[in-house]
Amino acid sequence: MTSSRLFPLATTFVIFLIAYGLCIAEFPNMLSTRVVGNLLTDNAFLGIAAVGMTFVILSGGIDLSIGSVIAFTGVFLAVAMGDWGVPPVLALVIVLALTTAFGALMGAMIHYLAMPPFIVTLAGMFFARGMAFLISIDSVPITADLYDTLQGLYYRMPGGGRLTFIGVAMLAVVLLGIVLAHFTSFGRNVYAIGGNRQSAELMGVPIARTTILIYALSSFLAGLAGIAFSLYTSAGYSLAAVGVELDAIAAVVIGGTLLTGGSGYVAGTLLGILIMGLIQTYIVFDGTLSSWWTKIVIGLLLFSFIALQRGLVWLSARRRGAAMPA
Amino acid sequence: MIGREPLLRADGVTKEFFGVTALSNVDFELAAGEIHALVGENGAGKSTLIKILTGAYRRDRGRIALEGESIDPADVMDAQKLGIGTVYQEVNLLPNLTVAENLFLGREPKRFGLTSPREANRRSREILSQYGLDIDVTAVLATYSVAVRQIVAIARAVDLSGKVLILDEPTASLDAAEVSRLFSILEDLKARGLGIVFITHFFDQVYRIADRVTILRNGQKVATRPIAGLERIELVSMMLGRELQEQEAHGAEPVDYSKKPVVASFEGVGKRGRIAPFDLTMHAGEVVGVAGLLGSGRTETAELMFGIAQPDEGRIAVDGRPASFSSPREAIHHGFGFCPEDRKLDGIVDDLSVRENVILALQARRGWAKPLSRKEQEEIADRYIAALDIRTSDREKPIKFLSGGNQQKVILARWLATDPRLLILDEPTRGIDVGAHAEIIRLIGELRERGMSLLVISSELEELVAYATRVRVLADRRHTGELEAGAITPDTIMRAIAAGEDETPGDRGGKGRAAEILAEGAA
Repeated sequence: MTSSRLFPLATTFVIFLIAYGLCIAEFPNMLSTRVVGNLLTDNAFLGIAAVGMTFVILSGGIDLSIGSVIAFTGVFLAVAMGDWGVPPVLALVIVLALTTAFGALMGAMIHYLAMPPFIVTLAGMFFARGMAFLISIDSVPITADLYDTLQGLYYRMPGGGRLTFIGVAMLAVVLLGIVLAHFTSFGRNVYAIGGNRQSAELMGVPIARTTILIYALSSFLAGLAGIAFSLYTSAGYSLAAVGVELDAIAAVVIGGTLLTGGSGYVAGTLLGILIMGLIQTYIVFDGTLSSWWTKIVIGLLLFSFIALQRGLVWLSARRRGAAMPA
Repeated sequence: MIGREPLLRADGVTKEFFGVTALSNVDFELAAGEIHALVGENGAGKSTLIKILTGAYRRDRGRIALEGESIDPADVMDAQKLGIGTVYQEVNLLPNLTVAENLFLGREPKRFGLTSPREANRRSREILSQYGLDIDVTAVLATYSVAVRQIVAIARAVDLSGKVLILDEPTASLDAAEVSRLFSILEDLKARGLGIVFITHFFDQVYRIADRVTILRNGQKVATRPIAGLERIELVSMMLGRELQEQEAHGAEPVDYSKKPVVASFEGVGKRGRIAPFDLTMHAGEVVGVAGLLGSGRTETAELMFGIAQPDEGRIAVDGRPASFSSPREAIHHGFGFCPEDRKLDGIVDDLSVRENVILALQARRGWAKPLSRKEQEEIADRYIAALDIRTSDREKPIKFLSGGNQQKVILARWLATDPRLLILDEPTRGIDVGAHAEIIRLIGELRERGMSLLVISSELEELVAYATRVRVLADRRHTGELEAGAITPDTIMRAIAAGEDETPGDRGGKGRAAEILAEGAA
């Protein structure tokens, strides 16, 4: 019975296995821990942000601000640690507090002003990007001992692949996301609001608090993704991470979460990230293909997933109609 | 059965919306272990009253007491905590969550600070077994029928509140077996000492399950009466607010319509679960009135005739030739017109001008490839503004600025512009002032004399008497009778409605209304 709920997730998993299998058939080298390690490291920041986006989309909303928040985080950290001399740990705490508060503010506007999330987070996107430029318009390198330590931290897997700090951090965020989604009242409330906001309210779900928490969580994770991104690039740059919010949305949808909200899994988002990373890796291995093929394949995947979701909704509506002759 | 101190008591409850009184000084009493039916026509104040009891609205004046304690629920959650649970007509659960998640939303059992789905599932199975429901509680609610969802909603409300259960038309989309099951559950809950408020439009259900009934009309309480010994005709007359008395019969002489040309005929047209098959022949130059209580199938009849819903059986003929309408467009093409009941929802286009609203149907019939010129449009609009005396300063004024009666006339003009042969009017005088009321009635008479065939649905019995040449009577989603010209008075119509309601399946071996419709549908 739960199969229809699990179907999109299962589809994503099968697509991932087939895709990986095809890649290995052509380039046997892709079956190595090096590839796996790089897949996790290269997509760590996107994965962390996409977990936040999963909650937003599960609630029936959207968050367009995360790319800008990632850029802001990087620039803030670089300038704070470099020019302002803020101790690294304190800088990290401050930036996470700032981004979380920013998300909470957007959530409050969405709820209390009854504005569409699209509009509010679009404004947030411009605002955060602008704030990043206000701090610095240059690509600012980050030089801090803490960064060197964290960047040097990795586990060497058998076969030579490196499981880096940010790769592990992404997996940890995914795990925590799964717990949050399925084993807390907050998680239930997110699904409830995504299912039917009015019914959820009548059943006593605290809509205001949950909405604010959802966007605070998304911005907090975008801040965390910004930290991961600055560890990955060792720099902060205002023009970084443009359009990352769209990649995150794509990963969430490919991961089987309904764009209309109420149905989906955090684990699916991880699969979505891995599929997108896999396509990228394939193109690198091939060497002759333009990297724009990544976009084309992701586009096609998105089309087919949206069609699949529509089909499922249509089927379940038909089944419901058949069960109730009226 | 009825204790000394009532479980729930409302005194002098009043509620106004923007100066319009929705509920005026209403008293209500509910005893523990009682099923109390709440009846009344649309706008009687039923839903306002329950929304006040459940905390969805705040009352303006009056007192509410639960077990003798004065209460003032601030919201739905508050009322639930106090012990008042509600199940709405559209089952207000979440179809995307599992059965167990729905039962425990907002109060999930916890283990080590995290929710424990296993515990919730176990307890859900326990709770539902009390209702004789053995289902997979880990499946999403959407996979179950409306009846099962209804029971889950009741289980949640009872488990959460446990003193008062309010059911707002819970049987609207259930079949007979499901209604019986629901009723046996209600009997159990009643035996457990809950007070149950039950809102319904179906008289047989009131008689089958309720101990007492409270009748509301126009925001005021008419009476609270024990069901035992209450005649149906009395109940109907209290709902419609009319004393039983002899009145002058309709002045019009009976006309031999068999000599008038037939515009359209409907033979055994019906739709399962909506309206039982009916025969109806519409002649030119007659007004067929349609009377019946709310939910008796009046609007459903009109919708089948106009192609808004498709019949699943029966034959339709227009001018003697077989026809079938898969959409209103095709009905319009055959020269039909339809003014819906809720003009705000289905009729007027708020921001368009009077002119644009008038030409809409005519333009649709011509097809958008052949636009009416601006000059033609203006001519048509001006003609009907004059003919129907539509009070507007300007034909280009957006229709939303017109009064209700004038909006209604614009809708009428829209259909008259298409020069229909058959015009269906659903509650044409609802919510308009007295002057406009009289004009619409006069207009209906004029149209009939010009040879148009009209079907007019109305709750206003006097109005039907004024213009109908015969009256179709509906009850329980069936056409139960017809009154000929000469025999039409408010009193005869009311008796016919009550008689129709009386024949209901409660007396027929306990089969429910829906089963009967299904059986008729299959026949």
